[in-house]
Amino acid sequence: MKRETVIKVDNLTKRFGSFTAVDSISFEVGRGEIFGFLGANGAGKTTAMRILCGLSIPTSGNATVAGFDIATQSEQVKRNIGYMSQKFSLYDDLNVWENIRLFAGIYGMEARDIATKTDVLLQKLNFESERNTLIKALPLGWKQKLAFSVAIFHNPKIVFLDEPTGGVDPATRRQFWEMIYEAAESGITIFVTTHYMDEAEYCNRVSIMVDGHIAALDSPNNLKQQFEVDTMNEVFQHLVSNAKRGE
Amino acid sequence: MATLKYLLEKEIKQFMRNAFLPKMVIAYPLMVMLVMPLVTTMDVRNIKMSIVDNDHSSTSQELINKIGASNYFILETLPESYPAALTQVEFGEADVIMEIPKDFEQNIVSGSATEIQISANAVNGSKGSLGSSYLGTIINDFNTELHKKSATAAPAMLQLLVQNRCNQFLDYRIYMIPALMVVLLILLCGLLPALNIVQEKEKGTMEQMNVTPISKTTFILAKLIPYWVMGFIVLTLCFVIAWGVYGLVPQGSFITIYAAAALFILIMSGFGLIISNYSATLQQALFVVFFFIMVFMLMSGLFTPTRSMPTWAAWVSAFIPPRYFIEIMRNVYLKGSDFADMYAKFLALGGFALVVNCVAVLSYKKRV
Repeated sequence: MKRETVIKVDNLTKRFGSFTAVDSISFEVGRGEIFGFLGANGAGKTTAMRILCGLSIPTSGNATVAGFDIATQSEQVKRNIGYMSQKFSLYDDLNVWENIRLFAGIYGMEARDIATKTDVLLQKLNFESERNTLIKALPLGWKQKLAFSVAIFHNPKIVFLDEPTGGVDPATRRQFWEMIYEAAESGITIFVTTHYMDEAEYCNRVSIMVDGHIAALDSPNNLKQQFEVDTMNEVFQHLVSNAKRGE
Repeated sequence: MATLKYLLEKEIKQFMRNAFLPKMVIAYPLMVMLVMPLVTTMDVRNIKMSIVDNDHSSTSQELINKIGASNYFILETLPESYPAALTQVEFGEADVIMEIPKDFEQNIVSGSATEIQISANAVNGSKGSLGSSYLGTIINDFNTELHKKSATAAPAMLQLLVQNRCNQFLDYRIYMIPALMVVLLILLCGLLPALNIVQEKEKGTMEQMNVTPISKTTFILAKLIPYWVMGFIVLTLCFVIAWGVYGLVPQGSFITIYAAAALFILIMSGFGLIISNYSATLQQALFVVFFFIMVFMLMSGLFTPTRSMPTWAAWVSAFIPPRYFIEIMRNVYLKGSDFADMYAKFLALGGFALVVNCVAVLSYKKRV
């Protein structure tokens, strides 16, 4: 089954002075896919992701996200994506429902829809008792689950997750990935970076960036076969051992 | 624009939930309005006097008593000689020396001229010169009284009658209070928006905002409006204190002041936003804001008249928005000027407000 293409990247490059952070990368991501975007620290994944989200202007190359050109239509791109950054990004001096209401409002949802959808969400997360709790009082795992729920609250076509499970305990990580699967099933494309290789195994396809290039791109099974190893961890170690950029 | 409602809701809730900011918005005006007018006075009081009385007569004693009775002088000591008095000046025990010559009384009675020598320590220039001029006034007064007492025909005297318009008693407070209100608005409405945005940058929430489709104008408006409202509250509090504590009400209309304030707060907040757009850290933003606040305070004519500055500085002050607002405040409070009298100043403020806020929107980059 050929999926509809929602992200199309063509020779995308970003230079900072003489340093080429992202060096002419190309790939496509299909609708509803869970796309793992892997790489060592400093390989250029966050830079590439920031370009796709319309936070950073590419030096050269083209990309379309949700059918809009990131160079010229970045505001339309922003209407169609959700984003959860490495740095925790909800307002910690607002409470749970206020954060949901704020971001949903920004994306243009109606106040009544926000209220009903908030009730459904909190019920599903088993979070109703924390409705009026300030974000800063919540444990990290809960914050991350909430941040993800907020990022997909307005039904974006694509959600970008930048190391969403960093510092989260294994049980919560597991729940987090269940939420990701559920979102993917509802048709939201997931674009996720991670340093956990067990999570890489959960992805439909994985790209591994080394020194600004994409060194490998395929499904986890194909990659393992290609490198004749048993785990994604070994695939990663194999590719990254040749990297020139240090930490 | 529908999103503006949600953003304003967020800003106001965050502000009210801050443990410190709402209290500061009340404490600042109280502190500045209750304490500063008393300490920023240019009146010179408590000048330490050292009087060398070489005459030891009843007339010289009378003069000494008269000086001691005034508010302006403290009679420290009566040293034996002029050199002894100079030593006191060197030790900082006296600011002004007055030497009464021998035969002072005798000369007065006989109607011949007599001289009193006044020497002032001019290390603190204004204290020295004001001190000796006050003293001169007292001695003149004394002279007149003497002539009245002695039945001798008073010498023809030229009476100089000075009438101070607008601030009859030259009360420095009346001059300073309106300007202090401006200082408050500069501090609160300039500093807080700058810190607010930089804080969002440091926490990472700014990036989350930049990845949403909020328009730049909406975002900037949501940051401006709360401080605009806060500025009005602070200003109103100041009016109440000025009236309640100092009995000071504007000669002109409050509407004129509020109209000017509406523009001025926009300028200050927009200015704070520009700085925050260019600052990556709180430290950087604070440092830059404080630099400008100092320039605003010292070059806007708040403490020293712009007309006494060198020509180039007076030119620079034409580009300092607080200058216009301070002038409007003083004119309305003291002279009762109205909009028509000051339309040029309003125009200047309006121009600044437009330019500053356009720059604020343009310098806010959602993408780098």
